[in-house]
Amino acid sequence: MTTHPEAHTRRDIPLVAIFAGVVAALGVFPAINAFGGAVPITAQSLGVMLAGAILGPRRGALALVVFLALVAIGLPLLAGGRGGLGVFAGPSVGYLVGFPVAAYAVGALTYAFGAPYRLVWGIVASVVGGVVVLHALGIIGLVLRADLSVRDAIAADLVFVPGDVVKAVVCALVAQGVHAAYPGLLPERRGTSPRSAADASV
Amino acid sequence: MNGALGLYRAGTSPLHRLPATAKLTGLAVAGAGSVLVDTPAQTAAFVASGLALYPLARVPVRVLVDMVRPLAWVLVPLAVFQVVFIGWGRTVVLVGVILALVLVANVVTLTTRTTDLIDVVVALCRPLRFIGVDPLRVGLALNLAIRCVPLMADLAGEVRDAQRARGLELSPRAFVVPLLVRALHRADDLGDALAARGFDD
Repeated sequence: MTTHPEAHTRRDIPLVAIFAGVVAALGVFPAINAFGGAVPITAQSLGVMLAGAILGPRRGALALVVFLALVAIGLPLLAGGRGGLGVFAGPSVGYLVGFPVAAYAVGALTYAFGAPYRLVWGIVASVVGGVVVLHALGIIGLVLRADLSVRDAIAADLVFVPGDVVKAVVCALVAQGVHAAYPGLLPERRGTSPRSAADASV
Repeated sequence: MNGALGLYRAGTSPLHRLPATAKLTGLAVAGAGSVLVDTPAQTAAFVASGLALYPLARVPVRVLVDMVRPLAWVLVPLAVFQVVFIGWGRTVVLVGVILALVLVANVVTLTTRTTDLIDVVVALCRPLRFIGVDPLRVGLALNLAIRCVPLMADLAGEVRDAQRARGLELSPRAFVVPLLVRALHRADDLGDALAARGFDD
């Protein structure tokens, strides 16, 4: 009997709640300030990628949904101490909506690659989810909310891509360390489970 | 870290007394109606009505300015850019509508308790039961997460202090890995505590 690690639902709610807190904590760390402080480049998107890489698609996305719900409810958890319903009315709404989707993408790829965590695949997963998916949604948000043309929105977004690529690599390095220190989260890759080895020996 | 305290400001103004559902409906109406705002004159009226909510909620000007300032950093460059491409009229409408909606949304946040908002979220989840969403679990997850915010902030502080005491570089990896591992163990503890109280699946 193989139990898929994600089926341990008793741990899901605590994992989701704890990780929402982690994303909030990572948002406190200031990194570089672009445009004189308008958009702080913080570790917050690192938290988004890590949620997927550590918790997988479903729990990772839920952690970000809970995080956004806390922001909507009025906690100042976004980078720069911002929060409340107002942030969803602004031009960065695409990125906010993108948080859970990006976490899902990173998680889906990471958990599909399975155990053991391989750095190269991890970087691929983090870049696809944390950079491509997140920024695509952010750009859509800019087009719809800030009335920018797609080309101008892409140009505006491009400033943040290098930072997020760096964060994607950091995410993979961190995830590698975390999965090594706390095993059991990643599903076994097909063909490497003990059961198939036992069958082969029959 | 003031994350757990929230942006809500206690008070007894008419807006404070209004139920959360009414305020959120008002916000939704404002959001829906904003697509009909076409001219600078209408936009000015929209922004003015948003601003008018603040004295009604007895919110000091300082608080209003603090909340709007980060938005200004984004809206001003946007306005400057768009004036060139779409002209004054449309830029005023574009920026004004965003400003007005942010004002209305923020005043809801300022006058509504987080607990009341959680109740609304849970109530909104009830129709989602048919796709497997349990409103009680949603409420539990939200309340738990609110407590996890200061918890994780404290954990981060502990890890940082421990690293400093060892004289280690605060590289992202050296800091975030222990933080996450400890966080995962905390989640295990929480799961055990919940199960002990009968919140098992």
